[in-house]
Amino acid sequence: MATVYIPSLMRDITSQAKVQVPGTTVRQIVDNLEKAYPGIKDRLLENNRIRPSISVVVDGEVTPIGLLEKVAEDSEVHFVPAIAGGNIAG
Amino acid sequence: MATTDYEPNMVLETGSYNVVGTRPVRHDAINKVTGRDQFGADIQFAGLLHGRILRSPFAHARIKSISTAKAEAIPGVKAVVTGNDLPKTDDVALKYRRANILASDKVLYAGQAVAAVAAVDLQIAEEALNAIEIEYEVLPPVLTAPEAMKKEAPLLHDDLRTESLGSPVEGSSNIASYARYELGDVDEGFSEADEIVEGEFHTKTVHQGYIEPHTCTVLWNEDGRIIIWCSSQGPFMVRDYTADRLGVPVSQVKVIPLEIGGGFGGKTAIYLEPVAALLSKKTGHPVKMVMSRQEVFEGTGPTSGCYIWAKIGANKEGRITAAQAYLAFEAGAFPGSPVGLGATTIFSPYNLPNILIDGYDVVVNKPKVASYRAPGAPQAVFASEQLLDDLAVKLGMDPLELRLKNAATEGSRRVTGQPYPRIGVVELIEAMQQHPHYNTPLSGPNQGRGVAVGLWYNIGMASSCSIKVNDDGTVNLIEGSADIGGTRASVAMQAAEVLGLRAEEVLPTVVDTDSIGYTATTDGSRTTFATGWAAYEAAQSVKRQVEERAAAVWGVEPDSVELAQGVVRSKTDESLQMTFAEVAAQMADTGGPIMGSAVVHPRGIGPSSSGNIVDVQVDPETGKVDVLRYTAFQDAGKAIHPTYVEGQMQGGSVQGLGWALNEEYHYDENGVMKNGSFLDYRMPISLDVPMIDTVIVEVPNPGHPFGVRGVGESNIIPPVPAIANAVYHATGVRMDTLPMNPGTILDRIKKSNGR
Repeated sequence: MATVYIPSLMRDITSQAKVQVPGTTVRQIVDNLEKAYPGIKDRLLENNRIRPSISVVVDGEVTPIGLLEKVAEDSEVHFVPAIAGGNIAG
Repeated sequence: MATTDYEPNMVLETGSYNVVGTRPVRHDAINKVTGRDQFGADIQFAGLLHGRILRSPFAHARIKSISTAKAEAIPGVKAVVTGNDLPKTDDVALKYRRANILASDKVLYAGQAVAAVAAVDLQIAEEALNAIEIEYEVLPPVLTAPEAMKKEAPLLHDDLRTESLGSPVEGSSNIASYARYELGDVDEGFSEADEIVEGEFHTKTVHQGYIEPHTCTVLWNEDGRIIIWCSSQGPFMVRDYTADRLGVPVSQVKVIPLEIGGGFGGKTAIYLEPVAALLSKKTGHPVKMVMSRQEVFEGTGPTSGCYIWAKIGANKEGRITAAQAYLAFEAGAFPGSPVGLGATTIFSPYNLPNILIDGYDVVVNKPKVASYRAPGAPQAVFASEQLLDDLAVKLGMDPLELRLKNAATEGSRRVTGQPYPRIGVVELIEAMQQHPHYNTPLSGPNQGRGVAVGLWYNIGMASSCSIKVNDDGTVNLIEGSADIGGTRASVAMQAAEVLGLRAEEVLPTVVDTDSIGYTATTDGSRTTFATGWAAYEAAQSVKRQVEERAAAVWGVEPDSVELAQGVVRSKTDESLQMTFAEVAAQMADTGGPIMGSAVVHPRGIGPSSSGNIVDVQVDPETGKVDVLRYTAFQDAGKAIHPTYVEGQMQGGSVQGLGWALNEEYHYDENGVMKNGSFLDYRMPISLDVPMIDTVIVEVPNPGHPFGVRGVGESNIIPPVPAIANAVYHATGVRMDTLPMNPGTILDRIKKSNGR
């Protein structure tokens, strides 16, 4: 199962800094996180997409394809807060 | 005192290339130096109208009424627009974006655009601005993040709620967002420390200071298309943002990029284009707008002033056990400061087991900030790199040795948790240690030497590139990346390397948004990395086609031939050889034109580290700082064109020097900027700047075909703290405030002397 690192401000839901979650895509990871920790999906997604204020990092790389990104059995998945969406100009 | 009396010690990577790593004359050099290139303000059309903007004189006020009748009645005035001409929306974020183009119900900073006029000439347009009548209800302004965070502070927006990872806080606030970054356990880490240092730091609003003011010409054509001629860091950014502000589809907007006279992040935002479009729609004429310097200062995006508290603990061996920081950044009037980037770069060069960082994005009555070269990082490391220097003093350690002992390496975890790829912090610090500058004693009284290190993550994002072969053996390279620092050359050279051509035989052109695939803005040090990669892939496509054509001529299988160093050769028959130019000359008879294109959205982004060694002399009577010697180091991965890498390093250093010693927005108590000209906003001039010696360190990025790391931004991170550390070692006084101008330095010296 993939290791998912939980951002500090979402640990009120998981009570842990990292959790093991099954799934072969980021979308499945998010769905399975929601099953284990109800409410977390709403904090991660907006209009069924990763919130603009969050970057998803899989195995050290910020994914450009969000929920579609493939996840391996031994992957690390990070949800990284990017204040103001990281876009300071728009 | 300029110094060049040392042998270059560039740490070269070992790849062998023909074009990559050489120093050809840039493709646009002749047009630049002869003044033939077209910049935004050079556009002229028959029937052109001139647009001017009326700006708020107040930092915070409610607009009670606007009357444009008198202005519209002036002969020669063709149109007047206000915020009411922009579409209305219930989307709060979009409402804010449109209000930064033309205010509607409130003005939130002095200089905010309120109305605009198009007239047959500038004088009439100016006269019309004076005839627009606006009734304001003036409100109290709030100008700093700590003040704006207080419960009793004036609220800028009734509808702004604090965003905190999808968990909005109820009630209006000036805190737009809050984030926490946490790794390990800082309490435990600090309990293991033998020495702990901490401090509070303040920085002021500063501007990128590009020479060319914002300018555009817009025609809203009869067919409904909006054509924009402008200079920017991203034609597609201008297209998308203009469509967003006007509420039209992106396909309705076409942006024709012109040369850019500096951006440094400040031209990743738009201000004039939607206004000129509205004026053009009303008049049926093209409308040209050019900002004055005062408008650039007051009406565009500088970077944040901020407040930072930070604390670092280490054991006697110099191993850092914990680090903590609190950052509150001014966003300006609307949400979106670079505090997240400041928070994640404040300790980024180091492998730290325990970190806790809180970051606040705070709206204040100042212009909405825009990107500025490594946004957020220079402010952040002004705090952390001074504390590290303090720690070295307390531990009795060499400051570079302390940094080396804690340097992040491949696999070290960032504060956001993910591991670093291969990075060059260790090699960078070792190059600094070995440099003659670091090993040459200072020569006089009141002198000090400072060092600092920074690490910037860089970005990837989408880029497109097309290459077509000409029958004379040259190729045209078509790209969508605005060239703000020599990227025509650095992109073209990567294609030339693949095709075995000389750099001069690849002819790069930056084209309009209808003529190339989507290409993200030139920012985040991404263009040589990502657009260069698109050029690499497009060139690979051309290479395959050239091999196929030669194989067809020879009647052999394409797999049996190879293009290398500009010659196609059979792998099995030495007599079969054709140059690239010979294949190109036969295109018409071998299948027609050859063209390759590629789109990329690359991973493999390579962070770039930078370091500075700075010697200063401080006059104890006046507080004036003279920079005696300056050496800049940067890991470029692979320097495609070393001259331009050195130019980036020198440019970032000079901007950092100005930020450190001189630059700031001076506001009066009403929130009105009092120094909106280059005479009063004092940027470094040639007399202020010593020779900036450069050392390119090359630790190849394994994520890129040529090992490239973006180099545009990292170099502005270390200058501010390196100069602060040098001032400390010259005076014995730590600097907690920017800029370190003579008045501030003298004040701190007097305070330390008990006066």
